[in-house]
Amino acid sequence: MGDEHIDALREVDLDVRTNEYVAIMGQSGSGKSTLMNILGCLDRPTAGEYWLNSERVSRMNDRQLAGIRNREIGFVFQTFNLLPRMSALSNVEVPLIYSGLPKKERVERATAALETVGLADRMRHRPSEMSGGQRQRVAIARALVTRPSIVLADEPTGNLDSTTGEEIMNLFDQLHDAGNTLIVVTHEQHIAARAGRVVRLSDGDVVSDVNARNEE
Amino acid sequence: MLIGETVRISLASIRSNLFRALLTMLGIIIGVAAVITMVALGTGAQRAIDKQMQAFGGDILSIQSSAWFSRGVARNRQTLTTDDALALSTGMEHVEAVVPEISERYQIKYGNQNLNLSVIGTTPNHLDVHGFAMAHGAMFSSADDAARKRVAVIGAELPGMLDAEPAALIGRSIQIRSINFEIIGVLEAKGGSGWRNPDDDVWIPLSTAQFRVTGDEYVETISAKIAETSSTEMGMLEIERVLRREHGILPGKDNDFAIMDRKQFAESRQAATEVFTYLLAGIAGVSLVVGGIGIMNIMLVTVTERTREIGVRKALGATRGNILLQFLVESTILCLLGGLIGLALGATASALLARYAGWQTVVTSGSALTAFGFSAAVGIVFGIWPARRAAALDPIDALRHE
Ligand SMILES: Nc1ncnc2c1ncn2[C@@H]1O[C@H](COP(=O)(O)OP(=O)(O)O)[C@@H](O)[C@H]1O
Ligand SMILES: [Mg+2]
Repeated sequence: MGDEHIDALREVDLDVRTNEYVAIMGQSGSGKSTLMNILGCLDRPTAGEYWLNSERVSRMNDRQLAGIRNREIGFVFQTFNLLPRMSALSNVEVPLIYSGLPKKERVERATAALETVGLADRMRHRPSEMSGGQRQRVAIARALVTRPSIVLADEPTGNLDSTTGEEIMNLFDQLHDAGNTLIVVTHEQHIAARAGRVVRLSDGDVVSDVNARNEE
Repeated sequence: MLIGETVRISLASIRSNLFRALLTMLGIIIGVAAVITMVALGTGAQRAIDKQMQAFGGDILSIQSSAWFSRGVARNRQTLTTDDALALSTGMEHVEAVVPEISERYQIKYGNQNLNLSVIGTTPNHLDVHGFAMAHGAMFSSADDAARKRVAVIGAELPGMLDAEPAALIGRSIQIRSINFEIIGVLEAKGGSGWRNPDDDVWIPLSTAQFRVTGDEYVETISAKIAETSSTEMGMLEIERVLRREHGILPGKDNDFAIMDRKQFAESRQAATEVFTYLLAGIAGVSLVVGGIGIMNIMLVTVTERTREIGVRKALGATRGNILLQFLVESTILCLLGGLIGLALGATASALLARYAGWQTVVTSGSALTAFGFSAAVGIVFGIWPARRAAALDPIDALRHE
């Protein structure tokens, strides 16, 4: 608040390829979430460009952005952001409703996504009836269900204990192996180590961009 | 997006807080119930007048001595006589029947009971012309009239007022102005015609009334039934011509009588009732608008409460239109549900009023549909602002909302 002008991001030039697994690190306030929100089309950059699959997203209108969020992006939040009054299955169906899919197909795809994250036996449960790790799995299933071009996760283990966090990260490894493109924000070195590439932010600048696999 | 899906989401959201939904709908429920009841009352009153007009059959004109002014004061000069009635009942082309009558309120005694009722002196054809029927006994005859017999036919409500079985009253005696009359007939109920109840009148032969009760030969009113094949106007002209001749009124002079069209009178009453109905419905409609403001208020609260949900939905690909529709559908469903409950309540209230207050009420499908359509419109009109606010939310701001 106030009159002070903050540039949450400054010199960011990032190029992410299909099936890359990128970890984004940096201190609190370094601009990680701001970057993720722009990549997830939840926020717009005040300047600069964002291209996704040869489309200039940064120039799109509200309606087009909603379509991109729906089709191209799967967002996993630190706080899960499930809709509390709905079952796991219904939660996973939500993006498909906005894609205009008929009920039968929605249920089939949502069921498959929940099976992928290992929740075949929890589909009728509400978020309040599930553990944190299970909730995050539902959220991941919801991100995957539209078969997006890119899965974005902003501190997905931030609200989980270390064992559960480990399980979630194993799940991300599987998703990467299955061909998904992942960008994951994390504070923890050992989690970042799973990614092929680590981007470090500081005060809105990219201070390092290391391709771990190449270094090895 | 599929509208069915939107409806389902809205229903789930309403179900999740039923009590609040009910409170939200209360204004609409009361508004619709009020509109339905008011219109039912108005329609009932109109139906009563309609029935009365149908009962007229061929139009009936009412001829009375005209009021005239003397030193700025209206005075009623008696000008109609039995001879006029006689003149109007013979050789007329457009007039089928005439009924002369006089009426006055008198003290009636039956045993040790005293009543103050209208006593109507009239001719036997009063029964047919005015659409009455006998329940017990018989109407007095022309012979009774000619002989100035002291016989009486009583209205359907009199037995009840006298605590007697209708059939048992035949042959009994009542006193009108201390003169003994024999009851020879009891009428069937005709029902209140709005401003006057004809069922508590006492009828006696006209001549009897003139010579034994009032003591003069004037008649107060002559009802003239127009022939089915003639127009009211033709009948009026013929009556005017005959009466002017009878009264020896020179050309250019005013009539000393007035001819009134009771159908016309009923029509103007109907118009007044209609205006009254609209007025009542309008007042009830105001409460519907107040109900709409209640809906808007709660929907604004709902949008604030569900800001995070809106953020999540937008992050998952909901467009502004999707969100707008969702909240609009929700407020419309609330209003329609409220309308439905209000409709049931209004219909119940109308039925209760008819049963316990004795007012005729008619709930028409037209008034039900109007009230229903109106509540849907209220839902849309008052839902649009909260829905627009929800739709305009920035996804990232909405997601940050605690
Ligand atoms: N809504 C906002 N209004 C103003 N400043 C903000 C807002 N959100 C984030 N910032 C600022 O932008 C910078 C980057 O924030 P953020 O991207 O959330 O960092 P991180 O996720 O790395 O902790 C911080 O300086 C923060 O204070
Ligand atoms: Mg952050």
